[in-house]
Amino acid sequence: MELPRYEKIWLITGSITLVIFLVLLGIMGFAMGFNPSGHMKTIAPDQVGATPPFDKPGLFTVADKEYRAVMQAKVFAFLPGEMTIPAGSKIHFEVTSPDVVHGMYIAGTNVNMMIVPGHISEFTHTFNKPGDYLILCNEYCGSGHHLMLGRIIVQ
Amino acid sequence: MSAAKHKNAGFDGAVIPASSFAFDVKDANLILAHLIFSFIALFLGALAGLLQALVRAGYIVLPPMLDYYQLLTAHGVLLALVFTTFFIIGFLYSGVVKTLDGKMLASARSWAWWGFYLMLAGTIMAAITILTNDASVLYTFYAPLQASPWFYIGLVLVIVGSWFSSIAIFINYAYWRRTHKGEVSPLFAYMAVATMILWIIATIGVAVEVIFQLVPWSLGWTPRINVALSRALFWYFGHPLVYFWLLPAYIYWYVNVPRIIKGKVFSNTLPRLTFILFILYSVPVGFHHQLNEPGISNFWKFLQVVLTMIVVFPSLMTAFAIIGTFELAGRSQGAKGRFGWIRKLPWGDVRFLAPVLSMLMFIPAGAGGIVNASYQMNQVVHNTLWVTGHFHLTLATSVVLTFFGISYWLIPVLTRRTLTPGANKLGIVQSVLWIAGMLLLGITMHIVGLMGEPRRSSFSTYNDHATALSWLPYMYVIGIGGVLLFISVMLFLFAAVYLMYYAPRTDQPAEYPIGEVDESTQHPPLILERWSLWIAVTVVLVLVAYAVPIWHLMQTPLATWSPPVRTW
Repeated sequence: MELPRYEKIWLITGSITLVIFLVLLGIMGFAMGFNPSGHMKTIAPDQVGATPPFDKPGLFTVADKEYRAVMQAKVFAFLPGEMTIPAGSKIHFEVTSPDVVHGMYIAGTNVNMMIVPGHISEFTHTFNKPGDYLILCNEYCGSGHHLMLGRIIVQ
Repeated sequence: MSAAKHKNAGFDGAVIPASSFAFDVKDANLILAHLIFSFIALFLGALAGLLQALVRAGYIVLPPMLDYYQLLTAHGVLLALVFTTFFIIGFLYSGVVKTLDGKMLASARSWAWWGFYLMLAGTIMAAITILTNDASVLYTFYAPLQASPWFYIGLVLVIVGSWFSSIAIFINYAYWRRTHKGEVSPLFAYMAVATMILWIIATIGVAVEVIFQLVPWSLGWTPRINVALSRALFWYFGHPLVYFWLLPAYIYWYVNVPRIIKGKVFSNTLPRLTFILFILYSVPVGFHHQLNEPGISNFWKFLQVVLTMIVVFPSLMTAFAIIGTFELAGRSQGAKGRFGWIRKLPWGDVRFLAPVLSMLMFIPAGAGGIVNASYQMNQVVHNTLWVTGHFHLTLATSVVLTFFGISYWLIPVLTRRTLTPGANKLGIVQSVLWIAGMLLLGITMHIVGLMGEPRRSSFSTYNDHATALSWLPYMYVIGIGGVLLFISVMLFLFAAVYLMYYAPRTDQPAEYPIGEVDESTQHPPLILERWSLWIAVTVVLVLVAYAVPIWHLMQTPLATWSPPVRTW
């Protein structure tokens, strides 16, 4: 196929850049463990309130400065709606929805999870900087979507 | 008008001579019907967009009978799905007719009208349910939010109608191939066929979702729905959808624009290869919209990220070919120096200016897209206003502004009228206003999205949270951008109506611009026209990327599926 010389250079440069880029993404994901939120566990959405651990949503201490946040994202609130932790704490989030699809996004962090009914989403994040973090729903869930919020106070 | 001007209806050095070619009235009416309906959708969708921008900035509060999310649904459905589909099909018909013996076959025309009426009926059904607030589910209609069954049935009619439209294009193309044995098909027709093949492969996903999941569930025949599966099927369609918008703009850039600028089509082979690559690598990539979701394992997400990025190749090839075409055109007109050719281009002709501004905006817009699909980086921007900014630069700028540029010559060619110098100037003002509005709106959305502002949300200060309050000033800018865009749409619609009904009539309308292929380029290899091969390769790629994870999603127990919910 006829390819002008400059186009060859252009495409080869592009290809090499792309391969390096994808290899870096792969190393970060599969060797260093930087994967997006997700996980493969399922749950009956209309039984969330009766299924442990989601029947008792809350923040549980796992070790020093390490917590497990068992949460429900539901119309139009997060349960629990407020959590307080010391700076430098790591939180393992486990979140599910008893109704529609929600998003759980903590502004100013990389916590950005899709909460799909029938499934459990998990993600781990360390809060190093003290502050008042806003949790909000960033997937449309109904007329009160923009009022769905929570807070994490890092002291 | 002087005789010299009459011979060349181009401005600022553009070449658009008068032509004896005229569309058969039946074909012209078919194409105009598609354009007119697309413009009605554009008007209503833009009105919804204006109100949203004003609400979101806190400038106005909606009356109780209107809900923000109702407007958002109308905006998305009317602009992303209806305006684009009708305009694209109309434009593709025009080029197919022009390049394939100048006339549509009678049988193809009846398929085309059936397609039009089906899509029209479906749109009206869906629009009524949105108007009565029975379908505030946004244009992605994610289950288990459940809209009226008529909303979903309307969508089915739109999809099936668009398949009829594809058949009209395939019939013309197949007939031409039969009657022109051994010849290479015209580039426009080839690209139109490729676009509609991509469309059919893509819409199969959403058709399965709507017909087998949403419709029976919304009618109450099935009590529960497999939400995760419906999302995967939607995004199987949702990403190639964006290439369905983009490819017609590419057709204009590759095939029509070279004629306007006294240039030649850069190559007869590489554009075809570009379109084949789009068919192959637009479908097995939908998971990059679902990177933060449960139910799909990291391996499959990453595999689709890799396949997504292959789009870099056709994009780089297009960038090279288009800019190469411009440079060669300028040099053939005696341009000197490294960049002298830029000054030889007809910047004062809206038919050139609009697509060129689109191309320029596509460079940052495409770069943003690479961020979106970058596996980990997606977490930073997912479902923030960054994403909304992204598709307002890609779809709403690069694609839609190109469609505006097409309209300025296509309408007068169809109505046998003249693009007057005044209308051309209006077009230039309108295009520049569009870019200004999109820069304010789109760039600001990117910035405030990075700060965390969510997309698809009504005005909210989140209990006066300091973080949310810090986003407000940016929203004021977005509101102003929205106002500029609405003014620009109104100017465009004014020009469109003028060109349709009031511009001076002429027996010899401006030529339908089709670029000549450079004689020195090779004949395209025949294998590029063996569609069954490329469809087969696409199916294999789709199976590799989707079979296992879809199978896995289908295995989830019935108890984990969702009953319907109405939360608006």
